[in-house]
Amino acid sequence: MTFINYASREINCKIVYYGPGLCGKTTNLQYIFDSTAPQSRGKLISLATETDRTLFFDFMPLELGTVRGFKTRFHLYTVPGQVFYDASRKLILKGVDGVVFVADSQEERMDANIESLYNLEENLKAQGYDLMKIPYVLQLNKRDLRNIIPVSDLTSELQRKGEPVVEAVAATGQGVFDTLKAVAKQVLTELRKG
Amino acid sequence: MADTPILLREQQYHQIKAVLARLRMDAAARVVFLVDKDGQEIATMGEVGNLDTTSLASLAAGNVAATGGMAQLIGEKEFPTLSHEGEKESIHISVIGRLLLVIVFDERSSLGLVKLRSKQVSHQISAMIHEIEKGDYDDLESPFAGITDEDIDSLFR
Repeated sequence: MTFINYASREINCKIVYYGPGLCGKTTNLQYIFDSTAPQSRGKLISLATETDRTLFFDFMPLELGTVRGFKTRFHLYTVPGQVFYDASRKLILKGVDGVVFVADSQEERMDANIESLYNLEENLKAQGYDLMKIPYVLQLNKRDLRNIIPVSDLTSELQRKGEPVVEAVAATGQGVFDTLKAVAKQVLTELRKG
Repeated sequence: MADTPILLREQQYHQIKAVLARLRMDAAARVVFLVDKDGQEIATMGEVGNLDTTSLASLAAGNVAATGGMAQLIGEKEFPTLSHEGEKESIHISVIGRLLLVIVFDERSSLGLVKLRSKQVSHQISAMIHEIEKGDYDDLESPFAGITDEDIDSLFR
């Protein structure tokens, strides 16, 4: 949910990275964190298990710059991907302004992608949102691995509404900022509509 | 339904800050801040210093969301207050409608005093939220009304 403060001239928006377990949501945030100047971002908070699996969420505030005199800040969140953390996923979607679905391109993760995408639609609905109406980007991650599904097949299976599709290798940063830019652009365009 | 965006006028922002400043004194607290349930920091008063209030706001909201989820599982609507007491520093959170009042305090205060003062001020904050929500904002020009694709692209250069 966007928060516009006319006194401090700030706009805050919330973007959530969604997707199946081990698809690379946290890796996306980690790359953004590592490659952004410290003055433009806050801490990367990771509520993770001892084995680095996301337990509740990762969070990172990112300041993109000034538009028309207003500081534009994005709060980036990830959800825990593992199936049994569904209650947490629902909570994190509350107040979301834009969603990135990070799909795992590996053949053996196709079912997990489909299940997670279905889960996203259901959980958005539970929070009063419609996937077909909110700013949304599909990221096809892990394009550097061998056993991957062709982009055209993944797109035809996972694309929902003609949303931007970005090929990525989050671990090396390929496509990470293109994804963020694509979703941020939609969020700001929504704000323009008012 | 999803909540509507919060638009805060300059005057409302200063009113909120004044209420928080008073509360901070009355409760002998270190920092007092107002956060929305989605983790957005609305206003902060006190000895912020190096405190990362943005992260604290997000974690406070996550904390309330998680305990709220637990409340519903046992048949409660929500837990209206949460307290975490440390050796020196403590946190008290009260849920006021769609906002959270977060008070950070140390040994200069006590949980009892903080609870009492936050309860006393909750009606006032609740009325302010109501005013913000029902407000007519047609006169406020959206800073994004005239934004161009070029403006958006410039953010990523």
